[in-house]
Amino acid sequence: MSEPQARPKRAEAQRETHEPVLEVSGLVKHYAAGERGKVVRAVDGVSLTIGEGEVLGLVGESGSGKSTVGKCVLRLTEPTAGRIRLGGRDITHLSRRGMRSLRRDVHIVFQDPYSSLNPRFTVGRIVAEPLVRHGVARRSAAADRVTAMLGKVGLGPETRDRYPHELSGGQRQRVGLARSLILEPKLVVADEPVSALDVSVQASVLNLIADLQRDMGFSCLFITHDLSVVEFLADRIAVMYLGQIVETGPRDRLFAAPEHPYTQALLSAAPVPDPAEQRRRSRVVLGGDPPSPVRPPAGCRFHTRCPVAVDRCRTEPPDLMNRRLNGDHLTACHLVSSDSLPDARGTRA
Amino acid sequence: MSLLEMTDVSVGFATEDGLVRAVKGMSLSLAHAEILALCGESGCGKTVTAMSIPRLLPAETTRLSGSITLDGRDLTALSEAEMRDVRGKDVSVVFQEPMTSLNPSFTVGFQIGEVLRRHEDLSRAAARARAVDLLKLVGIPDPASRIKEYPHQLSGGMRQRVMIAIAVACSPRVLIADEPTTALDVTIQAGVLNIFRDLRDRLGTAIILITHDLGVVADIADRAIVMYAGRAVEAAPVEELYARPRHPYTVGLLNALPTAATAAGRRRLAEIPGMVPPPFTDPDACAFAPRCPRAEADCTAARPPLESHGASHLAACLHPVAAVRTGATP
Repeated sequence: MSEPQARPKRAEAQRETHEPVLEVSGLVKHYAAGERGKVVRAVDGVSLTIGEGEVLGLVGESGSGKSTVGKCVLRLTEPTAGRIRLGGRDITHLSRRGMRSLRRDVHIVFQDPYSSLNPRFTVGRIVAEPLVRHGVARRSAAADRVTAMLGKVGLGPETRDRYPHELSGGQRQRVGLARSLILEPKLVVADEPVSALDVSVQASVLNLIADLQRDMGFSCLFITHDLSVVEFLADRIAVMYLGQIVETGPRDRLFAAPEHPYTQALLSAAPVPDPAEQRRRSRVVLGGDPPSPVRPPAGCRFHTRCPVAVDRCRTEPPDLMNRRLNGDHLTACHLVSSDSLPDARGTRA
Repeated sequence: MSLLEMTDVSVGFATEDGLVRAVKGMSLSLAHAEILALCGESGCGKTVTAMSIPRLLPAETTRLSGSITLDGRDLTALSEAEMRDVRGKDVSVVFQEPMTSLNPSFTVGFQIGEVLRRHEDLSRAAARARAVDLLKLVGIPDPASRIKEYPHQLSGGMRQRVMIAIAVACSPRVLIADEPTTALDVTIQAGVLNIFRDLRDRLGTAIILITHDLGVVADIADRAIVMYAGRAVEAAPVEELYARPRHPYTVGLLNALPTAATAAGRRRLAEIPGMVPPPFTDPDACAFAPRCPRAEADCTAARPPLESHGASHLAACLHPVAAVRTGATP
C-alpha cells in the first residue's frame, strides 16, 4: 500500500527539513471476538502521515476503525502489525518506561467531557496532573502554569477550585483541552471532541481548538464522523471504510472533487442546512448496511454497497494510490483514472 | 381545522430544588400529513413539549397545564386507561435509542405484533403477517426471516427501522420522532428519513420531529419551531425560516454551523456568547436578551410576544433581524 505524501501549503518549506511528526505504515489491529476464533478486523492496513503543525481529519462511520487508529497511535491498544513512528522514533513496541516519554509527546482529547474528568478532583488538580506525573513540576509549583493554561482555553483562574460537576459541557471540554495541552505535546489525538456538544457550544470549542493549534503549532489527528467539522478544521482528510483508508487528499480538493464512490455518498448523505439547496441536490442513498468487520467482503470492501461497482471490484482489492495524476490525492478505487471518475451521484434518491 | 392543537401548554417538574419549568406556554398546531420540526439545543424543552402529547412524562412529578386536542378531543382530560388506547394507536413515538427501547428478550415479530394485538385485536397469525408487511414497509430485506430475530442480531439502522415499524403498526395519525437519526450514521440516516417521508406521503401520517440537527430539519420538515428556554421563539415554513430567519437566536444557530463558516470563507465560527438561563426562574423579559447582539433596554422590560412577521412566520423578538442571511440560497 502506498503512503500518503500530502504536504499542505502552510509551512511547506519548513517541513522539507523535518520528518513527519507521525508516520503510520501498514497498521493492522485485529481483535478476538467471542468464541470460535472469530476475528474483528478493526483496522486492516492503514498508512498515514501527519506533518508538523498539520491537522489530519480522519473521517468514517461507526465501525470504520477510525478510533482504533487513534488508540494505536496513543498505544492505548497494542497494534497487531504495522509500524508507528513519532518524530522519527519507532514507538510500535515501546517498553513501559519508553511509554512514559511517549505520554509527554502525544495527548488525547476525548469525546465525552463528562466521563473523562475525575469527579473527585478539582479542575486545578486535573490540569496539573500531567505536569506532576512527568516530573515537570511539583503540585505546589504547577499553579502558575495551570492558571496560564486555563487562560489559554478561556477559563478564569477561579475555575481552578471548581469540580467537574459544577461546569457546563463546553467548560468541561475546555478543561480536557487544557489537560491535554499543558505539556505542549507534539501531537494531539482528538476523538470526536465536539460531538456531544450543542451547536453553539461546539462553535466556541472548535474556534478554540483552531486558535490553540495555530498558536501552539501542535499536529493533530482529528477523528470524527462529521464532515462539516473537518471541512472547517483540517488541512488534509482521510476517509475510512471497514478498516481501510479509501481516499485521502487536501481538504479543498477532497470536498470539491471527491473521487471514491463512498466519499461521494458520505458527502451527499450529510444534509445541508439549507432547505432549498438540500431539496434540489441529487443524493446517493446507499443500499444495505455496512458489512461486519468480522467478514469483510472480498475485493473492494465497499463493493457490496457501491452503486457503480463492476466485476473486478468483487475480486481484486484496489490499492490506495494517486490515480488522476494530481499529486497528493490518493484513492482506492479501480474506477478512478486520469480520464474518468465514477459518479455515484448519477443514482438519484 | 388542524389535526393536533396544543394551546398554552406549560410543563414543570417538581424537584428538591424547586419547580423546574421545562415548557412555558407553548402553543402549536399540526395539520394532517405535515412534518413539523421542534428544534433547539439541549434543555430547550423540545422533547418535553412533544412527550406531553402522549403524556409520556413521570406522572408523580409532572405539573402540566394548558390544552392538547387531537381531532377536537381533549387529551389532557383522558384517564390513564383511556390514554393507553391513544398511545400506539392515535399517537406513537419513535425514540432516539433503538437498543434500549426494544425488549432484548422478545423477537422483533413479537414486539411488532404486540401493538397490533393490543389495539386491533388481531390473532397471532394475523399479527405475524402484518408484522412482515410492516418490516417490508420500512425497507428491511427478507422480512419473513427477520421477524424471528432478536434486537441484538440487528444493526443500529435496522433496529431503528423496527422501532418505526412498531410505531406505525396501527397507522397512527401523529408520529412523534425524538432524534430518530441522531444515533445513526449519515448514510443510514438518509434511508431512515426517506421512510418518514414515504409514510407521510402514503399514509398521511403527521410527524413531529424533535431534533437539534438543522440539516435534518432542512431535509425533511415542512415547518419548524425553534425553541429557547422552554418557549417558541420562532416558527415558520422551513424555506422561509432558513432564508429569512428573524429571531437573533435562530440566526445565531444557523451561523454557528461549520458549514456556514466554510461557505462564507470564514476562518472562525460565529459563536453565541453566554449560557442558557437556569430553568427555575421565568422573568418577564426576553430569555435570550443576555446573549443577544441586538438586545436593547426594552427587551428586559417585558417578554416579547410571538408575533407575525410575514405569512405563517412568527417570531418573539422586539428587534428582529431584517436582512436576508448570507450564504442561504434565495
